[in-house]
Amino acid sequence: MSLNELWFLLIAVLFVGFFFLEGFDFGVGMETQILAKNDTERRILINSIGPFWDANEVWLITGAGAMFAAFPHWYATLFSGFYIPFVFALLALIARGVAFEFRGKRDSKAWQKTWDVCIFFGSFLPPFLLAVVFASFIKGLPIDKDMQMYAGFFDIVNAYTVVAGITVVLLCLVHGLMFTTLRTLGDLQERARKLAQKLLIPLAALLVAFVVMTYTMTDIFDKRGTLLWIVVVLGVVAYLLAGYFMTKKKDGYAFGMTGAVMALSVASIFIGLFPRVMISSLDQAFNLTITNAASGQYSLKVMTIVSLTLLPFVLGYQIWSYFIFHKRVHEKEHLEY
Amino acid sequence: MDTVMLSRIQFASTTIFHYFFVPVSIGLALLIAIMETMYVRKGNEEYKRMAQFWGKLFLINFAVGVVTGILQEFQFGMNWSDYSRFVGDVFGAPLAIEALLAFFLESTFIGIWIFGWDKVSKRVHLFSIWMVALGTMLSAFWILLANSFMQHPVGFAINNGRAEMNDIFALITNGQLLVEFPHTVLAAYATGAFLVTGISAYKLLKKQDVPFFRKSFEIAAIVGIISSFGVAVAGHAQAQYLVETQPMKMAASEALWGESGDPAPWTIFANIDVDNKTNSNEIQVPYLLSFLSYSKFSGEVKGMNQLQAEYEQAYGPGDYIPPVKTTFWSFRIMVAAGTLMIVLGVYAIYLMWRKKMDKPNTWFMRFMFWGLLLPPIANTSGWIMTEIGRQPWTVFGLMTTEDSVSPNITSGQVLFSVISFNIIYAVLGAVLIGLFVKVIKKGPYAMDNEHGESHDPYNKEG
Repeated sequence: MSLNELWFLLIAVLFVGFFFLEGFDFGVGMETQILAKNDTERRILINSIGPFWDANEVWLITGAGAMFAAFPHWYATLFSGFYIPFVFALLALIARGVAFEFRGKRDSKAWQKTWDVCIFFGSFLPPFLLAVVFASFIKGLPIDKDMQMYAGFFDIVNAYTVVAGITVVLLCLVHGLMFTTLRTLGDLQERARKLAQKLLIPLAALLVAFVVMTYTMTDIFDKRGTLLWIVVVLGVVAYLLAGYFMTKKKDGYAFGMTGAVMALSVASIFIGLFPRVMISSLDQAFNLTITNAASGQYSLKVMTIVSLTLLPFVLGYQIWSYFIFHKRVHEKEHLEY
Repeated sequence: MDTVMLSRIQFASTTIFHYFFVPVSIGLALLIAIMETMYVRKGNEEYKRMAQFWGKLFLINFAVGVVTGILQEFQFGMNWSDYSRFVGDVFGAPLAIEALLAFFLESTFIGIWIFGWDKVSKRVHLFSIWMVALGTMLSAFWILLANSFMQHPVGFAINNGRAEMNDIFALITNGQLLVEFPHTVLAAYATGAFLVTGISAYKLLKKQDVPFFRKSFEIAAIVGIISSFGVAVAGHAQAQYLVETQPMKMAASEALWGESGDPAPWTIFANIDVDNKTNSNEIQVPYLLSFLSYSKFSGEVKGMNQLQAEYEQAYGPGDYIPPVKTTFWSFRIMVAAGTLMIVLGVYAIYLMWRKKMDKPNTWFMRFMFWGLLLPPIANTSGWIMTEIGRQPWTVFGLMTTEDSVSPNITSGQVLFSVISFNIIYAVLGAVLIGLFVKVIKKGPYAMDNEHGESHDPYNKEG
């Protein structure tokens, strides 16, 4: 495997990891308005992701950083081309991040309501916008011969990307609900499981729509047919297993399966892209690829050594932190947030 | 306004706002780690309470620092995409390493620290705050490595019109980094320390929880004076390096148009006339600029006119003089604030030495309270001098700010983002100050009640 291929793979892994991990805490953020019946339940939900959400978000920051380091042209074209979507995503992430910390710091109802709104939109908008961005990747964007992207509103927001956005948001919510069944007790846990089961049906419809639209509107099934069909089959299996485990109340396995559906969905985008990183709708020759968008070999080598050395430690202590906080959040204990 | 100007405003406001919180996080993390270490070693609950009380302020501050930091990373691609294309090879790597090495460490261990008081052992808990402190420092190292490349590019070669890295060790041992890193990190420690002494001084003036805040004051004062001295020493080294590598910035920060003469005097005050390239009403200290530049009382410093001619030869026609007044005055404000910090710190140590802290002078404590503003003033003006003084370059000698901006964004888009980000900064700033005041007013002993309340959350339902 060339270093360019390795870095494409690493970036894909970082984004898959981001959607798997931050996916459930986005979902839990949405649940504060959808599932929680009162302030105590809201606080339990927020505290259940309290120790994790910040580190989960670092997966996104590291993904973007890795893009910058390994494929500067990808990073430059992407972030400047999607200027306004990123402005909104950033505003939402900013509001959400401080809301967790600020919400419990005053007793006033209006104060808490304000931050609750921030938590909801901050958990809903970023996955929606990021999914829109990723979907438009594979659909193709007006990128010129200088790798500059001049996208109009409908290049970014169209039926295909919106379906992708809603699918990912719903997937985050279902995944978050399964996380909630793992970290709460009693009524809240029951309701989370029931709602997840109910949402599985619209989710299936959206996933099928997304696959059909991808098949007809993009070229990725032509390019990577076999591999993508395997991913689709695996996705169907994971989805069915998720439903099965939910009815059997095997929450841990069900959480693993909703996560697998999420991971496979994100992975399919990267599989379809490879070896391109951004597709030009103007001319194939203008595509950004893992070759023409990349840093020099020296940089890639340095980055490879550094990241392969650090990664085991990073994964180790993150897994350890999930182990420390494996117990369910209880309303009788001290709630930090 | 064009996209370059608007993007510069956005970069400046984001960076300045972000950098109010970063040094507080770095500084407080160290102080809290020290306090918790004392708790674990001495077993005195008072130190635990100290770590928790200052920890509350730390967490509020940390949250704002983190969320503005995401923007900090994304805006290179959003507003400065041509810059990102040109230097991504060299500049992207430290950013990625910063995320992998520092951000994961900080964010994971801060989670363990906040939520782990009754879930992990004392030692593991102590370990986690030290990991946070280490993470904040490592983060500073890698981002300053990237910034040092902009000030003094090393370890690269130009290939296909891009700067490509060819020596990572040259980047790590960049002379600029070796002076900039200690200067900046020590300034951050001083920022945390002066925040703690300032708030403690306020509570001591009010005679509230006197033993608690006297002890906090003493711990922070020691950290504050050591780091303030260190900042000055590292700053002196940085000035000497500046004369060698970016003489134009040095000349601008001295408003030195012609030759300095030998020995060179240091200008305290001057009326700067940029159009006619002259100064009037100068007040100067003889020998001092020679000393600042070369650590000896002789030696000439080049002026801007001569450097402009040299740069035109080297880089082609253009205006290579940065905004002189801003560079000149931001440097002076930084030096004045830093000097005041040393003076206050020395007097605080003197009081502690003579065991006079039980009856400190009211005026002095008032100065110490307002002294909490000195480090942010010095930090901000220091960065303004560094970044404005480098203009017209983004990467010195390689790429100008004008050429760095994204060609595919419109001024309308940037205007929208400038306005919305600045509104959110204003709101965050106001909320943060409000919460700080609330936590400080409640004091360290109010937390017991709070814990009591949350044991029965249904009380709060209503």
